Amino acid sequence: MKKKFILKGLGCANCAAKMEEAINKLDGVQEATVNFFTQKLTIVGEDDKMPTIVEESKKIIKKIEPQVVLEKA
Amino acid sequence: MRKRLYLICFSALLLIVAFLVSPELQWLRIALFLASYLTVGGEIILNAFKNLINGQVFDENFLMSLATIGAIVIGEYPEGVTVMLLYQIGELFQSYAVDKSRKSIAGLMDIRPDYANLKKGDELVKVDPDEVQIGDIIVIKAGEKVPLDARVIEGTSLLDTSALSGESVPREVTVGSEILSGCINLNGVLTAEVIKEFEESTASKILDLVENASSKKSRSEKFITKFAKYYTPVVVLVAVFLALLPPLILPGAAFKEWIYRSLSFLVVSCPCALVISIPLSFFGGIGGASGKGILVKGSNYLEALAQTEIMVMDKTGTLTKGVFKVQDIHPIGISQSELLKLAAYAEGYSNHPISASLKQAYGQEINNQLIDEVEEISGHGVVATVEGKKVVAGNARLMEKMGISCSETDLNGTVVHLAVDNSYAGYILIADELKEDAKQAIKELKETGIKQTVMLTGDTEKAAVKVAEELGIEKVFAGLLPGDKVEKVEELIEQKSEKGKLAFVGDGLNDAPVLARADIGIAMGGLGSDAAIEAADIVIMTDEPSKIATAIRISKKTLKIAYQNIIFAIGVKILVLLLSALGITTMWAAIFADVGVAILAILNSFRALNVKDL
Repeated sequence: MKKKFILKGLGCANCAAKMEEAINKLDGVQEATVNFFTQKLTIVGEDDKMPTIVEESKKIIKKIEPQVVLEKA
Repeated sequence: MRKRLYLICFSALLLIVAFLVSPELQWLRIALFLASYLTVGGEIILNAFKNLINGQVFDENFLMSLATIGAIVIGEYPEGVTVMLLYQIGELFQSYAVDKSRKSIAGLMDIRPDYANLKKGDELVKVDPDEVQIGDIIVIKAGEKVPLDARVIEGTSLLDTSALSGESVPREVTVGSEILSGCINLNGVLTAEVIKEFEESTASKILDLVENASSKKSRSEKFITKFAKYYTPVVVLVAVFLALLPPLILPGAAFKEWIYRSLSFLVVSCPCALVISIPLSFFGGIGGASGKGILVKGSNYLEALAQTEIMVMDKTGTLTKGVFKVQDIHPIGISQSELLKLAAYAEGYSNHPISASLKQAYGQEINNQLIDEVEEISGHGVVATVEGKKVVAGNARLMEKMGISCSETDLNGTVVHLAVDNSYAGYILIADELKEDAKQAIKELKETGIKQTVMLTGDTEKAAVKVAEELGIEKVFAGLLPGDKVEKVEELIEQKSEKGKLAFVGDGLNDAPVLARADIGIAMGGLGSDAAIEAADIVIMTDEPSKIATAIRISKKTLKIAYQNIIFAIGVKILVLLLSALGITTMWAAIFADVGVAILAILNSFRALNVKDL
């Protein structure tokens, strides 16, 4: 299952890299990418774990760059 | 961004006033400095505080706050304030530059249609392309983008396909033509039946591809992310030692002096310049390439392309047009035009590709009433009566069978012999044609530094060698079945150096396994062919082989820019770190090493977008 989000207000490339690394470590994530230029987050993960993955990802993003708003793409 | 600009201006104003106030009014100066500092840096400090609670220690807000507050604490008010101010100005520039590059890439990729004119009964309704379904009827007016892949059912027009293919000559479409989303309708009104949903349409697929390309990271990007991960903690650690050790060990060393030096370290410790500029170069290169009709499916492929040593090419459809055409007319006893006319008439009823090419070369309407008693002899040719004359057209075996002697030919391609009323009248040579830019393509490839060019083909040795000689290709393997091609590519991969790459160029339809096996698979003529887009790493949307060299040049330029940025950014940072450790520079140099370098690196990456002359 693939989910895409727009990270509105993503301002720092290093933060994007940190988010990507942290989300990739979540349980059930096969591949996560944060594209700094298109401001897009793409998560490929196991279907049944997706809701928790999304919740955890939101927390990670809040932690690294509090001003970023997660929008559905 | 505007709010930030106002804050910066206001803060700068306060700072100037603070400098102008006479040093005797110490308290007023300090108050002004602090006001200026809080105006511009308040948000940073707040963010740093929030992040600290979240356990993010080495983030740039924190480092910058620590450095500037440190400077203020040791009494260096002007420096603390100015560094924060410059940092914010730098950030503003940086976000402006990133925004600008985002926009220019989006502009290059401006193929996403905003709406579709859906026909509902007699009415036209503007809808989101997403809502249109297969089989729906849409109308595309002049100047509008084709929203979904569709087939024309009414109207003729010229389509500008340049956004998809980089091809500047407009394409003519009429009833029955397939039109691809992302093209622009130049003049007529087209009514068309939708054949693919929006998600599956060409424009969506291409956009998806290019946007996702940067998620396949290049080696230089991976290196930089890794470097950044260690760089900041190491620099901060050194800063701590620098602040504490020398004053304790060295006799006469002042705490204030060494703390100042260590604060400069903190300013330089953010790796953002590096982390932005490298992927930005690749993003720019990929964006630029797609504007030229070259789709690169990942930064890693763009990087690998520059290291190509062996370029293996398929012949038919890649270097040649894959369409049969009359190449030579060799009459005996009659005129060239007469020979061609008789051949076209004799083959008038046949649907064979050879007949089609004869008719095309003849170029005039065939008057069927002039043809009589047609007899097609499978595997041999045709015997027919044309304008009362008995015409035999076919291969040498047919001539032999009919008892007509014909000269042995030693030509590449298919030879059609003709006899009129039982006497030999000459032959017509039909062969596949080289693409106009095939020769130029090989020449340019060699100029980009490809060490070996190889051609693979299922054709006969003789035909293949001739083509290779004409184009200047060094090695030829002929008579191959599709399975043999994979084997040959594997053999060739063994021959290249460890760092070098092997690229294979094919049409994407029959060559999928070879495309997959090569280090870099390049498919030609991808426009409208899903198979080619699926199978390859790099897709050339047009049929021009010379675009392969263009892609390599874009790759080389991108890589050069990326390396320049790596060396420049790391170089300046290390230099400034050394100088500040020795106490030679001030915090000003440190702030330049941080934001100045970031801006210069971003501006440099911008160049990757510009591929006009490549």
